[in-house]
Amino acid sequence: MTVAAPTVVTRAEVEDFLYREAALLDDWKLGEWEALLTDDAAYYVPPNDQLEGNHRNTLFLIADDRERIRQRVIRINDPNCHAEYPRSRTRRMISNVRIVGVEADLVTVAANFVCYRFRRHERIREYVGAYRYVLRRTGDGFRIKERRVLIDAHELGSLGSVSFIL
Amino acid sequence: MSARSYIVDDREKKTFLLDREALVSEEVLRGEISQVFGRCWIYVGHSSELKKPGDFRSRRVAGRPVIFCRDQQGNFHCLFNTCRHRGAIVCTERAGNRRRFQCIYHGWTYGNDGRLVGVPGDDAYAEGFDKSSHGLRRPARFEDYRGFWFMCLDPEVDPLSDYLADAKDYIDLVIDQSPSGEMEIIAGVQEYDVAANWKLMVENSVDDYHLPSTHSTWLNFMANSGVKIEPPKEAGLVLPTRGKAVELGNGHFTTDNVNFRGRPVAKWIPLYGEAAKAEIDAIRRELVDRLGPERAQRVADTNRNLVIFPNLVINDGSSVTVRTFYPEGAGKMHVTAWALGPVEEGESARARRLDAFLTFYGPGGFATPDDVEALELVQQGLANWAEDRWSEMSRGMGKEGEQLNSDEHHLRIFWRRWNEMMGASA
Repeated sequence: MTVAAPTVVTRAEVEDFLYREAALLDDWKLGEWEALLTDDAAYYVPPNDQLEGNHRNTLFLIADDRERIRQRVIRINDPNCHAEYPRSRTRRMISNVRIVGVEADLVTVAANFVCYRFRRHERIREYVGAYRYVLRRTGDGFRIKERRVLIDAHELGSLGSVSFIL
Repeated sequence: MSARSYIVDDREKKTFLLDREALVSEEVLRGEISQVFGRCWIYVGHSSELKKPGDFRSRRVAGRPVIFCRDQQGNFHCLFNTCRHRGAIVCTERAGNRRRFQCIYHGWTYGNDGRLVGVPGDDAYAEGFDKSSHGLRRPARFEDYRGFWFMCLDPEVDPLSDYLADAKDYIDLVIDQSPSGEMEIIAGVQEYDVAANWKLMVENSVDDYHLPSTHSTWLNFMANSGVKIEPPKEAGLVLPTRGKAVELGNGHFTTDNVNFRGRPVAKWIPLYGEAAKAEIDAIRRELVDRLGPERAQRVADTNRNLVIFPNLVINDGSSVTVRTFYPEGAGKMHVTAWALGPVEEGESARARRLDAFLTFYGPGGFATPDDVEALELVQQGLANWAEDRWSEMSRGMGKEGEQLNSDEHHLRIFWRRWNEMMGASA
């Protein structure tokens, strides 16, 4: 009887997954995006001055547990979410993808991103930073357990709000 | 100063109109930088941000780069962050602990009390050159009320305590959350721009009329989280509970609302989870023991959005936020917001406070982004100001007695004071 050797996680697999996620977010397919999350998923955007802070003792921009993410999606899909109606157009560029840790079924991933955002007649807003993911490997591909977005700008400034899923 | 008035305040006809030029004109902005920001007490920071001697924060206050710091003896200072030699910024870090601030340009060095302590090659200066008169300059006045530090550029201004007038009672009410009477600014700052005139943020911070239309998604979220949102039962109300607008003197005002949205100190709602019940009960018991039932109820069962004229907002609502803002042009402002909590707050209560903050406030909150949108839409709409000149602000003027939080009484208080400071006779 043979025991299956633990399969190696490749950067290509992780990249494929991140690109798929980015496409869903850029296309506002938020229901399909939510299906990529684990039941205990969390989404964090730390404040610009405390990127390594802990949301339990530091004021973040966003610190959502799974239920709050569900409520966030309900909110931004509602035409009465004025900050996102009409919806922003976003375009994400993801690069420098690195697998920084593998422990049992969890894969820690770092990546750089630029997210361009346009609203109505406004000028471009460029969100630049790093993603940190904790992905869970399942029989059905990766699921997102944690998604942390570190914005490089020293302050949010003219970026204004993070009213969409960054 | 011109005696021109930007408001039409007709108490007989019960109408109040605002000239929209006040929200779009760069000339008005120049006027208010000297007449309003140059003469009022302006919030600098909170004593909890500087815990030890030598701690400093560099920031812009009313457009001025300042160093908010403590010297080796522990005294608080507000120093202009401008070298006396040639004018460069001398402190380039946002925060830290330093005995000295050294200008990178020619190396002039200042102590953390502002004294000039080092001038490279000082033997090249004439004999009369006096280091002691070349310390960092500072605003004319710098005073605190219970840890909230303010500066004023006008040496003739009334003492801060007099200036704050009845607003002090409402600051006290916030501080009463803390068993020791000590509140602290929590780590993490939210800094964002809004493409709108700064005075629109004053209005928005206390205007409860806009809640149902601007924030219906937040009300839905609260309902989805098990919070009962009942339709208003009384004429004139737009929210489930009653709230009033209160004038506090010198252009300050507040809303004072019966809570329906929960409070970390100390009114449980289902959003906080069953596990939080016992801890919130204990926090409430401490309030009652310390303050008595009546005062405890004031602290725990009311929300208050307080404006200290001209640009400090302390919202004691879903959580406590300290928010200040300053114009960067007539159509743009920069906002800085912090969370405030009792110093002795436990780990889980602090986490709940921060979570409650994010349900409503901030650039990623479930309400603030829509406020920002509303203010930016106003500013965009005001491009037609010359042809469509007047904003209507007379809500509530037709009735006797108490003014509601959803009336525009408090907005009128702001505008009357602003108009007066801009040199207009009422």
